[in-house]
Amino acid sequence: MEALELARWQFGITTVYHFFFVPITIGLSFLVAGLELAWVRTRNEKWLRLTKFFGKVFLINFAMGIVTGLVQEFQFGMNWSDYSRFVGDIFGAPLAVEGLLAFFLESTFLGLWIFGWDKLSPAVHNACMWIAAIGTALSAYFILAANSFMQNPVGYTFNAERGRAELESFTEVLTNKVVLITLPHTLFGAFMVAGGLMAAVSMWWLIRRKPVDADAFRSTLRLGAVTLLVAGLGTVVTGDIQGKVMTEVQPMKMAAAEALYETKQPAPFSILTVGSLDGDKPFYQLEVPHLLSYLATGTWNGEVQGINNLQAEYEETYGPGNYKPYIPVTYWSFRLMITCGALAMAIGAWMLWVTRKGRVPRSDRRWPIWLAVAATLLPLFANSFGWIFTEMGRQPWIVFGLMRTEAGVSPNVGAGTVLTSLIVFTLLYGALAVVEVKLLLSAIKKGLPDVDPDNETGKQPDDKPMAFAY
Amino acid sequence: MELTTVWFCVVAFLFVGYFVLEGFDFGVGMLLPFLGRDDRERRTMINTISPLWDGNEVWLIVAGASIFAAFPEWYATLFSGFYLPLLLILVALIVRGVAFEYRHQRDDAAWKQRWDAAIIFGSFVPALLWGVAFGNIVRGVEIDADKNYVGTFFDLLNPYALLAGAVTLTLFLTHGANFLALKTRGIIHERARDASLKVGLVAAVLAVGFLLWTCLDHDDVWVWALSGLAALAFVGGLVAAWARRDGWAFVGTMAAIGLAVTALFVALFPDVMPSTLDPAYSLTTENAASTDKTLEIMSWVAVIFLPIVIGYQAWSYWVFRKRISVESIAADVPVEHTPA
Repeated sequence: MEALELARWQFGITTVYHFFFVPITIGLSFLVAGLELAWVRTRNEKWLRLTKFFGKVFLINFAMGIVTGLVQEFQFGMNWSDYSRFVGDIFGAPLAVEGLLAFFLESTFLGLWIFGWDKLSPAVHNACMWIAAIGTALSAYFILAANSFMQNPVGYTFNAERGRAELESFTEVLTNKVVLITLPHTLFGAFMVAGGLMAAVSMWWLIRRKPVDADAFRSTLRLGAVTLLVAGLGTVVTGDIQGKVMTEVQPMKMAAAEALYETKQPAPFSILTVGSLDGDKPFYQLEVPHLLSYLATGTWNGEVQGINNLQAEYEETYGPGNYKPYIPVTYWSFRLMITCGALAMAIGAWMLWVTRKGRVPRSDRRWPIWLAVAATLLPLFANSFGWIFTEMGRQPWIVFGLMRTEAGVSPNVGAGTVLTSLIVFTLLYGALAVVEVKLLLSAIKKGLPDVDPDNETGKQPDDKPMAFAY
Repeated sequence: MELTTVWFCVVAFLFVGYFVLEGFDFGVGMLLPFLGRDDRERRTMINTISPLWDGNEVWLIVAGASIFAAFPEWYATLFSGFYLPLLLILVALIVRGVAFEYRHQRDDAAWKQRWDAAIIFGSFVPALLWGVAFGNIVRGVEIDADKNYVGTFFDLLNPYALLAGAVTLTLFLTHGANFLALKTRGIIHERARDASLKVGLVAAVLAVGFLLWTCLDHDDVWVWALSGLAALAFVGGLVAAWARRDGWAFVGTMAAIGLAVTALFVALFPDVMPSTLDPAYSLTTENAASTDKTLEIMSWVAVIFLPIVIGYQAWSYWVFRKRISVESIAADVPVEHTPA
């Protein structure tokens, strides 16, 4: 394989892997902050124990989020140096602002939160978690602003002499219509993941033969399920708007999502296809009439442009070349995203139903456990498929309409070097994934910790052991 | 002052911050096998840095992103050119970061030893390689007309850069020892002070040699002055350690690292990455920079937010100011459930 392909695989692997941890971090930081707030307001010990329990789950995950994020920043320069030269004037600024505004907040205030239990008053301690949580959301905004420039470059001028894009308006970059809709979609997606995880863990504790801390876990089961469901609705609404924005700025991506080769009006949406997606008549296709028209344009009879028509149009604009993304990936990742998200919401609704009016699901059956596991994994996979779709659907562009992916790769880095780092990261990530999952499971199995509210006063004598120490 | 010069100073400031801060937590990590004889002693050492190391590491992330934003050509040349050393640094920082978080999650001696090894490896490798990387940046590397590094990995292992690596390694060890002496009581405190004096002497010899070499290569009055001050500060720190003035000893190594890094950046200016093939190919603050527009916006962000960041980081250091000892660590009970 060429360095280009290896660098693309590396970007895909590290990004998808990194994004297993990001949504949990964003969603759980707010949920944990909320649990702690409930403790600060009510002084009911249940909330303190839940805070510490889910706080630990959060921290095990957070460690992986940071260290994989570091790779993301480095690999632009390592594997994609010509891309970095081309967009640095625009793309670098949101990254730098992200570091300055968000990463410092997250890391400093999380340090205070983890180790400050006996040094800060409960209110200040809780404030630290809220600040860290806001940091994660800010971080999402700036990174998505940078990514949205790649999807829909705005606020720039092209400097032919330097051969690069230069900033014309930072406000336009930060208010790119793509980022304005991608941010809420991504945040809702993150809350689905965290809500699903919280609900699943609580469900597991509730349906044990002898439920332990049933009252506490019932609260978090309902909280998690409501979060999953509400965030799910938010994801649907924002996803719908996002589809229309995407059709406007990247019509090829929408055409690729449906494998729609010829322009159609009205256009149907295919739920699944058996057979090829290369433009020949497929063997079998289950279609919903008019639906794609609605998703793409907002009207049931809107015209949706096809891949072949767009290809011809792009050749006219950008010169000869292949402007189609890899269709099977876009087609299936789009459907899998929607399916995983919808199933997760159904499970969320089921969880609320079986816990209505003080009820608890029966503990002599195994399948509720599997549904609980699915509630954790389905939203997570929906997030991954969403990212795979949005990034693969942008191909062959690294910056849509401006720079092709093959032009962005580092010219002085050989395939062997990229392969080395690809192998190193993949092995390391694989090993760490095993460790992380084991630790998460054992932390979950330990259950709610005992607490001593007196230890959270913020006024501990010097000779007492630290409340939290490694 | 030109905006490009301002941003050169900002990048220099961020790296000074990074090396001064993460320098000591690298040092503590490297000293783990030498000063911590059992698990409780090692936990005491780790706890001196555990609330702080993550915030320290963000200085690197922001420094990297600032190079990307302010000097994209520098970022592209540096990161693609120093590919393998950066890969090693990344691996080290990954296992190190995870190790801090995962080490205490299981009460199992083999498990803890494995993560200790990760912390030690993850502290030694960057402490050495950051010096090698900066040595090469200041010395210059083979950069062609297209601004790409065309040398090999082994070209990066030249005597000047390797000496720079040995300097950062020993400086950070001394810095870490001073930090431990300042933050602990009892047996760890005594051992840390001892280590500071012993490693400090080696570091002093190496650092003076390296700074002299740099001064002779870049004969500039500011480089001489800053290098001289760095050496003075370091010797002052050693004397303070000897006189059992822990705070002053730590200030000494802090100032020495800060001044030495500043001297390197002054020696570099106005280049950001000189080419050894042809001076015309060198990357400078001018030809590597973003537009004034980008630099101006980022300047506003930095002017407003850097002081805030420094403020709350200082507050977090204040919150965790207490000295700790082996007795501060609960012995057997799994820690986060400790009722005490």
